Amino acid sequence: MSAEQSPKIVIVDESPIRAAILEEGLREAGFTQVVHIREMQSLLARIYAVDPDIILIDLENPSRDVLEAMFQVSRAVRRPIAMFVDQSDTASIQASVEAGVSAYIVDGLKKERIKPILDLCVSRFNAFAKLQEELERTKSQLEDRKIIEKAKGILMKMKGLNEDEAYVLLRSTAMREKKKIGEIAQSIITAAEMLK
Amino acid sequence: MTAPLRIGFIPLVDAAALIVAVDKGFAAAEGLEVELVREVSWSNVRDKLNIGLFDAAHLLAPVAIASSLGLGHVKVPIAAPFNLGINGNAITVSPVLHAALMDEIDGDRFDPLATAKALAKVVAKRRKAGTEPLTFGMTFPFSTHNYQLRFWMAAAGVDPDEDLRLVVLPPPYMVDSLRSGHVDAFCVGAPWNSVAVDLGIGHILHFASDILEHAAEKVLAVRKVWGDKHPDVVAALVRAALRGAEFIGNAANLAEAARILAQPDRIGVDAEIIQRSLTGRLKISPDGTFRESSRYLLVGREGAGRPDPAQAAWLYAQMVRWGQAPLTPDGVRTAMAVFRPDLYDAALGRQQSEAAAPFRAFVGPAFNADDIRGHLEAFEVGRWKS
Repeated sequence: MSAEQSPKIVIVDESPIRAAILEEGLREAGFTQVVHIREMQSLLARIYAVDPDIILIDLENPSRDVLEAMFQVSRAVRRPIAMFVDQSDTASIQASVEAGVSAYIVDGLKKERIKPILDLCVSRFNAFAKLQEELERTKSQLEDRKIIEKAKGILMKMKGLNEDEAYVLLRSTAMREKKKIGEIAQSIITAAEMLK
Repeated sequence: MTAPLRIGFIPLVDAAALIVAVDKGFAAAEGLEVELVREVSWSNVRDKLNIGLFDAAHLLAPVAIASSLGLGHVKVPIAAPFNLGINGNAITVSPVLHAALMDEIDGDRFDPLATAKALAKVVAKRRKAGTEPLTFGMTFPFSTHNYQLRFWMAAAGVDPDEDLRLVVLPPPYMVDSLRSGHVDAFCVGAPWNSVAVDLGIGHILHFASDILEHAAEKVLAVRKVWGDKHPDVVAALVRAALRGAEFIGNAANLAEAARILAQPDRIGVDAEIIQRSLTGRLKISPDGTFRESSRYLLVGREGAGRPDPAQAAWLYAQMVRWGQAPLTPDGVRTAMAVFRPDLYDAALGRQQSEAAAPFRAFVGPAFNADDIRGHLEAFEVGRWKS
């Protein structure tokens, strides 16, 4: 796809990581003209300057309402803007809202060209959400490991156990109480602090 | 107990009846399990309601009408069985613009016609001097804020599309934008006007009730199809919201209500400021001047909860006046059908209908929903004829 054919795409997103993931995906798919706007002040002026064919915005961005105004104030952009989804296409809007992305398409762009872009955005947004989830999980696992180490130390000291025995005790208690091993470790630490 | 409901809201004081209904357990007492979801934009609230991610929502009354007419977005008929708030907006201007207006004013500074005429003079002077046009912030294209600002300034011949700039800003960004000089003034709901005054960067010029005595502001909205399918849930929601509104309406409960609303996952603003909005006693100037109006924001009081279809017709007339909607008999009917006093009455088991509050705008003839064309003819400035 040549630069002339490639639609101009603006990504409005305060998260640089997600914007980068989206931008990379779009470039891989051959969309070469991608601009990322992070600054929400004078958003309309920036958009006006770029004069995009498509605007993608994160749903958690309050400036979405600013973009909605462009439906009404056509002199803010050179061409009127329409939301991608037409009357019959609630499935697409549902998929995009659930993924957390919203797309505004300048009138005149053919629907068959828009669909793959939106599909790509939805999958990239979902991928980002999954990535974030994993990051959270890793973080809490790391946190758990630190807590478990500390609890083991307490058990070893107070009950005269070796490291393996302390761990087995933690694990068997967790299983019996139907709790996570991290939770049991945390209560041991709390209790130990109270008994200090 | 029915299926749990997800209800979207924007952190504003006029979501109070809904928030109190949930947090004080009035909804639970009606057998409803409700999850309130705080949202960041009206577009999100509208979209999530329209596609069914929300069962109900705290919604700008004009958005409910626009959605039913298919204006600006997907056409989804909405039913509004309860008015969450009447009035509550205010126009706040920067200290510089306030001084300029007070220099030009001829008459009472609380008279909207006098301030509008002063604005016309300021606008004319700026044009003559070649200064940038003034910029006013408001919250959404389909909003009472947009229409109230336009109605006010146009009364003195200021054309809101030609003589100055009207820009949309999310409510939480209003105050920063006034501080940075991005806007010279704004029209927004509580608590943001008070926040600007407290920071010493704004003067409250008007309460919206100066412009129109009773203006339907936010509604409890459901998809019409969903409401038709779940009449009992709608009725229970209306009763719960009314109990919430009545709780707030009792002066003895004000402090508690403000505390509930101030929670970070609700409105997340200082309880004292919220309480000020609910009592209608507002600090209007950084020098500490207060102004009081029992009509500043009506939640439940004066029959505010019962939707009045004539209010919907007035909002539709504004959409027509400013070129957002064509004037058609079908359009009027559709707009009026969004406001559902019948559902309100059914929920409360009342037969007789309460008399709706009269329309009193500061300028123009009495509003007549049966003759919107005749009504609009009386106003000089407008986009609807072109």
